[in-house]
Formats: sequence, C-alpha cells, structure tokens
Amino acid sequence: MPLQRWLKAGWSLVGALTLSGSLAGCADGDGGRGSGVQSPKMAMIKARGSLICGTDGKLPGFGFLGSDGRYAGLDADTCRAVAAALLGPGDKVEFRDLNPSERFAALSSGEVDLLARNTTMTLSRDAAGGNGLSFAPTTFYDGQAVMVPAASGIRQLKDLAGKPICVPGGTTSELNLADRMREQGIPFTPLKFQTLDQVYAAYRSGRCAAVSTDRSQMAAQRSTFPKPEEHTLLPMVLSKEPLTPATVNADPAWADAVRWTLYGLMQAEEMGVTQANVEAKVVEAKANPRKAELRRFLGIDGDFGRQLGLPADFVVQAIRAVGNYGEIFERNVGQGSKLKLERGDNRLWTQGGLIYSPPFR
Amino acid sequence: MTRLPQGLATTPLATPLTTPWWRHRRLLPWLVQGAVGLLVLVLVAFLLGNLVRNLTNAGLLLTWSWLHNPAGFEIAETTLPFNASMPYWRGLLAGLVNTLQVVVLGLIGATALGTATGMAAFSSNGLLRGLARLYVDLIRNIPLLLQLLFWYFVVFLALPNGAAAVQLPGLVLAKSGLYLGQPQLVNDVWQAPLRMSVEFASLLTGLVVYTGAFIAEVVRGGVAAVPQGQWEAARSLGLGQALTLRRIVVPQALRVIVPALNSQYISLAKGSSLAVACGYTDLYSVAETTLNQTGRAVEVVLILLASYLVIDLVISALMNGLNRLVQLRER
Repeated sequence: MPLQRWLKAGWSLVGALTLSGSLAGCADGDGGRGSGVQSPKMAMIKARGSLICGTDGKLPGFGFLGSDGRYAGLDADTCRAVAAALLGPGDKVEFRDLNPSERFAALSSGEVDLLARNTTMTLSRDAAGGNGLSFAPTTFYDGQAVMVPAASGIRQLKDLAGKPICVPGGTTSELNLADRMREQGIPFTPLKFQTLDQVYAAYRSGRCAAVSTDRSQMAAQRSTFPKPEEHTLLPMVLSKEPLTPATVNADPAWADAVRWTLYGLMQAEEMGVTQANVEAKVVEAKANPRKAELRRFLGIDGDFGRQLGLPADFVVQAIRAVGNYGEIFERNVGQGSKLKLERGDNRLWTQGGLIYSPPFR
Repeated sequence: MTRLPQGLATTPLATPLTTPWWRHRRLLPWLVQGAVGLLVLVLVAFLLGNLVRNLTNAGLLLTWSWLHNPAGFEIAETTLPFNASMPYWRGLLAGLVNTLQVVVLGLIGATALGTATGMAAFSSNGLLRGLARLYVDLIRNIPLLLQLLFWYFVVFLALPNGAAAVQLPGLVLAKSGLYLGQPQLVNDVWQAPLRMSVEFASLLTGLVVYTGAFIAEVVRGGVAAVPQGQWEAARSLGLGQALTLRRIVVPQALRVIVPALNSQYISLAKGSSLAVACGYTDLYSVAETTLNQTGRAVEVVLILLASYLVIDLVISALMNGLNRLVQLRER
C-alpha cells in the first residue's frame, strides 16, 4: 500500500524532527571536562581543535589579511593569544572577516567564539537586555576623531556645518557624531556605508568633506593612502572608544578564560616577561622557590589554570605565541609598524597609562 | 475497511463500493493534502518553537517598546522630516518613505526606458536595433550590486564640483548632487529648486537601467507575439505606423506584457534594498542601524520582511487590476 508507506515515512520524519529538536535543546549540557568548570564553548573549541575568531580583516594594525595570507594586527594577536592559552602551540585560529553590522549577530549565533574586531565597549552592547555581550579587558583605548583633507581649511566641527560627513553605518561613530553635532547645533549630512572600504572610497573621491571614526583606525587607513600627508586628523576627541574583545554573556567561564588570558599579557609586560625571555623566566622560576609571584603567574605553583578551565601554563603559552601586551602593541600599531601610533593612554598604569591587570592571586 | 462514509459513497459519479479506499477519487486527494498540510504544520511549529525557546534562553523574546526610544542617529536625506531625537519607528518610517520614493520613480523610469528599448527592436534602423540589443545583453548579464557600485563610485563620484561641474540646459551634474530647474552658483555651491543627491541618483539610475533591460525584453516579446497579419491588415486598411501601434498592436501586446511586467516591477522594489551599496539611506539601511543600536535582530528583520512583502503585494494587486483591464473580455 503506497499511501500507508508514505504515511509511515511521514510519521518517522515527524518523529525525527521532534527528536532532533529535543536533542538540540539539551546538547550543550556538557562542559570543560575534568576541571569542574562548566563551559560549553570551551568544550566545543577543544573538540574542534581551533578557535574561530571574528576580526575586521581589512584594517591595518588591528585585523588585516596580508598578501602572505596571514592575519596580522592587535586583534589578530589577541585571538592567537587566547587560542594558545586554551589549545597550546600551533596558531590554532580560524579567522572570519566581519563587517560592523554582522559582528554581533555572528557572535551571539555562535558563528565565532570570540569577537576581536576593534569593537567599542558600551552599556547597551554589554547589557543582557541589549546585545548581551561579555567584554574582556580593553586592549586599545581609542577616541573618535575627524579626518579632513589638509587643504580644505577645516579646523573644527563648526567648519563642517551643512557638509556631508562619511561614517561607517551601524557603529558608535555614527551615533557619537550625531550627538556632538546636535549638542553644538551644527547641521550636517551623514553618509553611511556598510564597509570601511566604501567609506574611504567615498571620502577620497571628495564626496564627503570629512570622515569620522576611531582615531587609530583612520591613522591606519591613512597609512594606506598614496599621499598620507594630504590628510589631517583634527585634534579634538569626539568620544571615548575603548576597543575591547567580546564573548557571549551565556558562557561566563569562557569569558573568564579570555579575560584572564588578556590580563596575563598585560601582567607579563609589567613583570618584564617577554616572548624572548619567557623560557628563561620559566627556568628561573622553577629553580627559585622564593619567586612565589612569578611561579604562580607562570603556572608552576597554584592552580589558576585549573580554576579557569585552562592548562596550568596558559600564560606561558600565550606569551610564547605573541609576546606580552607591549610587544603586541609595538609590533602592530606602535613604532614597529607602519602606523607609528604613540602608546599614549595605552601605556601601563605604572607609566601613567590605563593598561592595568588585577592581581594574579 | 472497504466500507465508505455515506456521503462519499452516494455522491454522483462516485466510484463503486467495491473500489478499495486508497483508490477512491475523492478521499485520496483529501488524505494526501491532509498529510502534506500536517507535515508543513509540524515543521512550522517546530521552527517557531525552536525560535521561541532559543530567544527565551537568550533573553531576547520579542518586545516592541524600543520602537519608542529616541533613535540617536541622523538620516542624510528624508522626505518625511526626521532628526536624531525622534523615535526609532519614525526613523524606520522615514526610511520606508525613502524606499517608496526610489521605487516609484524607478518604476516610471524603467517602464519608459524599457518600452522605448523594446520598441527599438522593431525599428527599421539597423543601428538602433543593434544598440538596443547591445544594451539588453550587456545590462542583463551583470549583477545589480556591481552596477550600483559602478554608477556611484565610477560615474557619479567622478563628477567635478563647483564651477567645473557638468552644465546642461536646466541641469547641473556635480559631485554634491544633481540640480534641476535653473541652477545658480552661489559661493561655489550650486543652488536649484530641485536637488537630487548623487546617492539617490546612482540608485535610481542603477535600478532604471537594470530593470529597463528586462522590461525591454518583455515589451519586445509582447509585441512580437502580435501576429504579423495584424500589422499587414492595419496597413491594408491604410492606417499609419503610429495609429497601427496605438489601436492594433499595443492593445494586443499588453495582454502578454502586463503579467510579465509584474515580476519585473516586484524585482525592482526588492532590488532597491541594495541602496546601502551607494550610500542612500533607505528602509534597509535605517533598519540595519536600528538593529545595531538596539540588538533587536528578530523584530527588526520582521519589520523589514513585512514592509517589503506589503510593497510587493501592493504592486502585484495594482498590476493584477491593470491586467484585468487589458485582458480580452469574451462573451
């Protein structure tokens, strides 16, 4: 009886769907095994053997896919540090290029494990009732600025009255600019584009009198212009832009692991542990039981790693992969890079900056 | 098992009682349709249940109160007045008006261009026929997004500004916009009664040129479907070319053209959502910013889906009305 067979097939399909639905509902119960730390995300990353990290992919200094097929930049190295802390040596990162509009959806849907994509930490992005992200320590303290052609004679916001200004759509830059201009009662025309390439293409064609976004980002983009000296970054600061990696709210253990790996990089700079001397430091700490703080930090004593659901030597692995915070900064955006940005606010707190790791205790 | 319900068995033309039930010509379609319907229902229920369960887990169950919060972003050009202190719903509405504006002008432009090009295929001038063919073949085969990027970045943004702008009688083309009427240069800035931003102009041009190519084919097909004998009959009656077209050919061709035109109009309306590629703030662009600021992805996408659906359904309804008008009314 063909009909009966069809019906039977239909019912088994319905059964399979219902079953797969209920399975999907309880599939993520198992966590990071053996450590007592419950983290579905970390279990998933370990099983996969690689960390999927969302970056810009087109922003020099932060996340940039070079001609050698390798991602370079501060954000890319953040990803590498976290991957090394969790999975050990071997650059086990898969990068995904995300535009500003898709980045949060990509993170909350689980398409990427970690978002390190020059993203500003804000209340609504952090709050459970907003985007519901969980932010790690800020890796770059930035501020919004305005770039204009040097020959335009524009020196302050007032000069931009009634003029078109290019901004990347769906970013804090768009809102901050609207806020500042409204405060000062200056009318302007915002031209929004989905990608930075389009923003700068429109700016360079002369369609906009100015472009406004994060200062570091504009410095980075300007370095790729044929004649960078023809464009000026105006000195005023429109907003605070703490660029911060983020994970999802739903997995606090994973957020902690990311947070303390990044604090580890900052603490390493403070303690003078570098990519070059990390092996020597480990040997030194092992030989000298009186170096209690260094021994705890490098995972020789104590169980910080286990508490986080990470290997005991997670800090050592991260430093081995990318160096300490200062090294990452100088290599990607500082004096060792094309951008040549000053450390400024991104100096250690001991040198008057804002980079500060809570104690490893 | 072989017994059938009374009502089914006694209907005229019903199969004899001896027919097994799975071959019954009235019962069987009901069973099959019922099974398919049930399957679809179960699938929809599963997907909806999945959505609600996961949204609840993520604490993102549908809410609409955010629509009343101040938007905080500006929109470059709006027909409906808007500023950053107005609520999100007003921003979305302004975006919708912007979309409708480009869609309506686009429909008019594409129809005019398409009709002209479609008719050019029947011209006795070989050069004109060739040009029409070239236009259709070139434009039809390049993705709309690439064409929009081309119009914006390569054509309109390459226009000079100020005194160097392209000046035509009653029209000035500059990087700062298209000025219609009697444009005047005041302090190196053009002023005119009617101004169109280059973003809007690129989107409109892109949509008109792209959809025009498809409409040209529809028109050509429609006219070609009118039998040659109709032309000849008209000529033998002594009707001129224009009169033949207006009274004989077009009324018959419209019957073929209108249904196919419907699809092209709908595709133009949907294509307008690519506006963001050339910096024009349409509904999709506003919705994207709103989504980013509020994090209400599902709600914003639902609003988008509903808006484009309604626009397309309205176009469809109008075209169906037009279709009824041009159809042959047979007695």
